[in-house]
Amino acid sequence: MRYLTARKRAEGKGAAHTGTEHHWYMQVSAVGLAFMIPVWMYIFGSTLGKPYEEVLETFSHPFPAILTGLVLFVGMRHFAKGAQMMIEDYARGSMKKGLIMLAISISYAVIAVGFYALAKIAL
Amino acid sequence: MVQFTLPKNSKVRTGKTWPKPEGKNIRKFQIYRWNPDDGENPRVDTYFLDMDKCGPMVLDALIKIKNEVDPTLTFRRSCREGICGSCAMNIDGINTLACIYGLDEIKGDVKIYPLPHMPVVKDLIPDLTHFYAQHASIMPWLETKTNTPQKEWRQSIEDRKKLDGLYECVMCASCSTSCPSYWWNGDKYLGPAALLHAYRWIIDSRDEATGERLDQLEDPFKLYRCHTIMNCAKTCPKGLNPAKAIAEIKKMMVERAV
Repeated sequence: MRYLTARKRAEGKGAAHTGTEHHWYMQVSAVGLAFMIPVWMYIFGSTLGKPYEEVLETFSHPFPAILTGLVLFVGMRHFAKGAQMMIEDYARGSMKKGLIMLAISISYAVIAVGFYALAKIAL
Repeated sequence: MVQFTLPKNSKVRTGKTWPKPEGKNIRKFQIYRWNPDDGENPRVDTYFLDMDKCGPMVLDALIKIKNEVDPTLTFRRSCREGICGSCAMNIDGINTLACIYGLDEIKGDVKIYPLPHMPVVKDLIPDLTHFYAQHASIMPWLETKTNTPQKEWRQSIEDRKKLDGLYECVMCASCSTSCPSYWWNGDKYLGPAALLHAYRWIIDSRDEATGERLDQLEDPFKLYRCHTIMNCAKTCPKGLNPAKAIAEIKKMMVERAV
């Protein structure tokens, strides 16, 4: 029990003067992904069931390779920022910080592994 | 983690069933009761009213119960016409004002609870201290730097129209207490009511503190905890749209940054 006035409780530590970049990034990346994902799904879908060499051939072309790279990067950054929002909603204290770090680490790990695989295929 | 279940001493139990009156048009009311003085868990009491002898609104029924059945039933009420915002409560699963919610709009038994996820003072009375302090924190008044004019601060008809749909808010807290973001982060998130009021002053052509107001709101929790769930707009008993006001604030934030 802390003897704080209602106003002090309501104001807390004041505004962080941040959040707009996060909001704007989510808006822009959502619009970008709305265009990129269907095209990527089409390319990915068209390779399903085809021989290994043909799949490698498809993803070694510049457009599918660059698009896959973009989907990986933008998608994973969108995931990380979205997950951060969800974690902030429900988690508290050090668990919150730990989970946010985990989400960000997972996103960068997926990007790194994906880029490595893509480089091996495309280059 | 946030608390998804009620603590032991808040689990709601079945309460007393009050005697049925004589009559053909009898309706059942299930009402949340909690008294901080008796150390008991909250309970739901069952009351019966003869609807032929009762007014049409939920508040009429509550007043009838208090006057004729159980004088210990506690609730706030004042204007009985949707202007004061005192009688906000959860009726039939919807946060609304008991005075303007018709009993004919409810099918079956009438279930009445206090506004959700707020500390309860007694029975149907929530503790709105923090809610009001959050409202005060957005500076709900005209902030000016120019010297006060000889007559009034003038405003064009078009600029005045921008306040429609905002100034009508009666601060009943129905919207904020229907918002999951406010449930989980009400300590830091300002909630739809306070943000609607914040926008009301931001958009006021006479106010000269737009930048400062936006500065105070730019925060991942104070403003950006709104995930456009829209419960606020759905539940508002005055038919206002706090979600739109919040979206407009976010738009202004982006406009000044990008």
